[in-house]
Parts: sequence; C-alpha cells; structure tokens
Amino acid sequence: MDTLYVEEMRTRASGTLVARWRRRFPILRARVHGKPLVYLDNAATTQKPQAVIDAVSRFYAQDNANVHRGVHALSQRATDAFEAARSRVQVFLHAAAPAEIVFVRGATEAINLVAQSFARPLLVPGDEILVSAMEHHSNIVPWQQVCRQTGAVLKVVPINEAGEFRFSEYERLLGARTRLVAVTHVSNALGSVTDIARVSALAHAKGIPVLVDGAQAIAHVRVDVRALDCDFYVFSGHKCFGPTGIGVLYGKRERLEAMPPWQAGGDMVRSVSFDGTEYMPIPHRFEAGTPDIAGAIGLGAAVDFVSAIGLEAIAAHEQRLLHHASAGIGRIPGVRIVGTTRHKASILSFVMDGVHPHDIGSILDREGIAIRTGHHCAMPAMQHFGLPSGTARASFALYNTLEEVEQFVEGVRRVQEMFR
Amino acid sequence: MTREVDDLYQRIVLEHYKRPRNFRVPQDANHKACGDNPLCGDHIDVYVRLEHGAILDIAFAGVSCAVAKASASLMTEAMMGRDATCGRALLNKFEHMVGSAGTEPDPELGELRAFAEVRDFPSRVQCAMLAWDALRTVLHPGAG
Repeated sequence: MDTLYVEEMRTRASGTLVARWRRRFPILRARVHGKPLVYLDNAATTQKPQAVIDAVSRFYAQDNANVHRGVHALSQRATDAFEAARSRVQVFLHAAAPAEIVFVRGATEAINLVAQSFARPLLVPGDEILVSAMEHHSNIVPWQQVCRQTGAVLKVVPINEAGEFRFSEYERLLGARTRLVAVTHVSNALGSVTDIARVSALAHAKGIPVLVDGAQAIAHVRVDVRALDCDFYVFSGHKCFGPTGIGVLYGKRERLEAMPPWQAGGDMVRSVSFDGTEYMPIPHRFEAGTPDIAGAIGLGAAVDFVSAIGLEAIAAHEQRLLHHASAGIGRIPGVRIVGTTRHKASILSFVMDGVHPHDIGSILDREGIAIRTGHHCAMPAMQHFGLPSGTARASFALYNTLEEVEQFVEGVRRVQEMFR
Repeated sequence: MTREVDDLYQRIVLEHYKRPRNFRVPQDANHKACGDNPLCGDHIDVYVRLEHGAILDIAFAGVSCAVAKASASLMTEAMMGRDATCGRALLNKFEHMVGSAGTEPDPELGELRAFAEVRDFPSRVQCAMLAWDALRTVLHPGAG
C-alpha cells in the first residue's frame, strides 16, 4: 500500500481518537477573547477531565468525612477511597507497595520533605548534593537551603548546547562526598528527557541515592520507578490531569522507613504521651494532619484516566504534535528552538530575533492561544543559553490537536510579521 | 489580528520599539536610575541631566519587551526639557492611566495615550511602568 495513504489513515484515526479524549475536558469548549481556547500551557498545569471533576464533587456530595479516625460509615468510606487512590498511584508508578506512596501537596513539598527528613540529618560540612543545570527552582532551592543548614555544597551537572544532561561530567562529579543526586526526568523549560536508569546505575555504583523530579514526566512518559531504580520520585497531581494541592512522594521502603517525620501532628502518631510519642509506620508517618482527601481521590481518578488511554498512545500523539510544531515554527524567519535534543517530551521552547517572549505571549493570548513566557522557574537553564528574558514555551497534552498546532504556528508567524 | 492587540501593539508602539528615541548612554548625565523586572529579567537604566530643576537631557538603555521599550522611548520624548515638577505631574497622569480602567486618558498625555490599552493586560502594567518607576526616583521632590 502507498505509504502516504497509510500515513493519512493513521492521522485520521488518531484525529478521531484525540477528538474522543478531548470531549472529556469541559474547559476545552471555552472561548477566550471571543476565540476558541487553544491551551498550550500544559507544562504549567493540565486541564481536568470530567471524571476527575466528578470524583472530587462526588466525594464531597456523598462520602465526605475525615480519614483514619472514625468508626462511622462515612469515615470508613472516605478512608477506603483515600487508600484506594494510594493503591492506584502505586500501580501507576509500578512501585512495590502502597506504603511507598506518600501524599503531599505537590512535587515542591515532596522535595522539601526529602531535603529536611532524609538529607539534613545525613549531611556534614563538605558533603555534596548533585543537581543538573536544567532543574526547576523547586529542585534547586530546597537543596540550597539544606546546604546552608548543614555546610554541605551544591554541585551542578552541566548541560550541553542541545539541552542534554552531560553524563561524562556527571561521572566526574559523582565523588566520595556526594550524598544525593537530585535530577529532573523531563526539563520543564527545554523538554529534554534524561535517562534516569543510567543516572541511577552510576550513582548506585557508588552507593549514592537518587531523587527524581517527575513533575513534567508524569503525564507524558511511562514511569516505572523500579525500572528507573530511583530512591525517590516526586510529582504533582495537577500536571497529570488531577487537582491542585495534591502530589506524591514515592520512596523506596527502606529509605522511607529510615527517615524521621518531617511535620508533626495528628494522624502520624501511634500513641502520644508527654513522656514520648510513637510514630506511625510509613507512609502515614509523613502525612501529619488531615490530608487533601478529595484531592487524592481526584488524583486516583486522573491516574485511571491516563492508564485507560495508555502512556504509549499519549506519547505517540504528543510526539506527532511536537514534530509538527517544531517543523512549523522552525520555518519562520528569526525563530530559534531552545532545547534540541532528540529525546524530548512535548515541550517546545523558542525565541524570536528582536521580539521579547512576553510580547509573543500577549499577542497569542488575544488569539485565544495560551502559552507560557519567561524563565519558567528555571533561571539557571535560561542563563546557560544566554536568555535572561527567557523563552516562549508551548507545551502539549493528549487533548491538543494538529489543527491547534497549526493555529499556534500561524500565530507565531503573525507575531514575526508585526515586528518585522 | 484582534482589535485589542492592535490597540496595544499599535503602530506607534511598534515604531518606538523598532526605532527607540534617546536610546543611548549620555556621558554628562548626573542621575541614573534602574528599573528591574525580576519576573522576566527586563532591565532599563534611565539617565537624566537635571539642572536647577530642569530635565536638560534624558535617555535610556537596557533590554526589555516592546511595551517597556516603547514606553521608555515615548517617556524620554515627553520629559525632555520639562521641569521636575511638571515631569512628576506627567508621571502621575501616566501611572493613573495605565492603572485605572474606565477613565478617559488625560489629553495632555498625547501619544502616551497609546498605553491606555495596557489596562486590558494587567500582567503588562509593570512593563509599561518600568522606565517611569525608575524616573520617579530621580524626580523626587527637592531633586536637582
């Protein structure tokens, strides 16, 4: 058969599929400034499918009670739903046990938890923590803080001109004083995907634990924490079609069990007296106070939604969008793509000669097209590329279409014409 | 292109962005003030030669978006030769215009009225104000 024909049929089939996925997201029917919304800011947060909205509202309408406390029926239902969400996340991450899943507010809180509970008691002056040059500020600042508290030193693995993690430098920097490696799975500013299994293998060969910031990976890349062999994996629910305010810290059982509680309060203790307090086992030891129960249940629904579609299908569709968009804006005079590795998730960062990213963002906004502009909370990565004003960034999700990509490319082309 | 974008990125704004006036570092300035927007890394330095309360020269340099640069360029044109008191009054009128919806811009603002539309882009108000906020520190009462 004619390969063009096959390609055309594939595109049509995937278009129908995407239309079906898309219908699950009520907000995508919205209009902005009188134009249909083209939402390309998925790296900042994703939209929510009806299933997630329903799970949250059903919990409040039918099951709301506090968890792990009451003997009454509602409390048991709430507890069951909350713990079922934990199990769903466990399966989604391919973790060994639900106890390895700690609910937190988001990736930021998870990193702070590991910094304060795991790293801080361990670190002495002169010890080293290793991050990469393309980390989000949330995977830099908690380590700077724990370094100040302990006298440890933050070391940085450089990236190359394509925006790739430099393994040769990494191997050189992994030293006798390295106590932890903390790297991003997918760069939020560049889209680069780092080979985490390789990061882990090199660190583990020297007995060094690894934390992975999975905030940008979770909705786009299949995550198997046992195959990655990382010690900690963190993500935020809202970047994976779940609610804001809920996130996950995965930790290997033996790591979590060796860690003291971070925050103290109710729900994390087995018994309390003024002579001493006995803490709960993991994961509850790290979940002081009433958690975001509805948020966790919403996240469980989000994880089900993603699993039902399948990350392979999602990734294939997003790669098609990314290639189409990259080729389209690559043809516009004066446009340069920032982050050009072959191993990219669906993030497209770019700059335009003589045009500030904010101007690009404001003009596209009035066309109904939402993108992010600026430094993307990754100022060191922007400095690496000599871009103090940052970039314009389009980031795609499973519900974006080739037509939307074309509107985006056309919008960027008009910006270039306005400023010519 | 939609009407609103035309309004903010109208010809005069684009023209002053592409060919900014008084975009230079004067050697005889006796005042310099910096405008920084840490959110986007934009930075504008405003240079003023102020003598006996009069703005004898005003110029600017730096890296910024079109809104900030065009606003700075038009500001230097409007301020050139004014006395500091008049300059402060103009600054207040400009700030009032970009910050308050629904009011008719003061005719005295002339071409600066092009920035009235920034009210529709709240996140961009500080871009339009970048150079003006810097100038304010030079034109404080009693200066010159």
